[in-house]
Amino acid sequence: MSGPSGGVATENESLETVELRIPSKPEWVAVARLTIAAIANRLPFSVEDIEDLKLAMAEACTYVIAASSEDSIEMTFETGSNFLRIRVRDRGAVRPEKAIQRPAGVSTEGLGIFLIQALMDEVEHTAEGETGGELIMTKCVGA
Amino acid sequence: MDIKVNVRETGSDAYVVELGGEIDVYTSPKVKDAITELIDQGHYNLVISLEKVRYIDSTGLGVLIGGLKRVREHGGSVNLVCTNPQIRKIFDITGLVKIFGIFDDEQTAQKALV
Repeated sequence: MSGPSGGVATENESLETVELRIPSKPEWVAVARLTIAAIANRLPFSVEDIEDLKLAMAEACTYVIAASSEDSIEMTFETGSNFLRIRVRDRGAVRPEKAIQRPAGVSTEGLGIFLIQALMDEVEHTAEGETGGELIMTKCVGA
Repeated sequence: MDIKVNVRETGSDAYVVELGGEIDVYTSPKVKDAITELIDQGHYNLVISLEKVRYIDSTGLGVLIGGLKRVREHGGSVNLVCTNPQIRKIFDITGLVKIFGIFDDEQTAQKALV
């Protein structure tokens, strides 16, 4: 979706991975937010960057809850020395591309995905079949 | 996770909705209920204070936009009070600064109601 702004890990850099699965229910989104804040704190992100990550994480979960029929949300956090990448599985969901549009007037449609694109440095969606796939969001330190 | 909603009359035909905590997909229905109740009672000039809000996401924004839409149908308006730079940033990014009146304090927000 949006292009990288540079600074993502080299091919040789080893990544550390954390996996999380939460019930696909609104009351669990805060757990994903707290988790990403804890992980981001291990990297030299600014406070503002961490707030951006929390919001993008929550928007991704909210999107999956609304669009997917799955009972749980699976996500993987990959950390390099200077970036954090989040992979959120959205099996059974509609394509986020269909939901993306710049908010105009008082429309709320596509607001969540729009925010993800605005707050993260790199956003990508890999398709799996007709519906669903993986939403991949990356934020780099100091980008 | 917490959300606090406090509604009070100002004495000048306007109501202040004071929100506190985190407004997300889980807590936003409570905010929506409070705003809807006021509008259903015929109160169309609202000041919504986000001064004690630590976090808001697109569902929270959606509730505010929904409230604005409804009061405008009756010639009313919604002004926001917000000084938290992280939350103001979200209104900037989404272009909602052009839709809402956003003020630094409650008094100015009240005075600016149409």
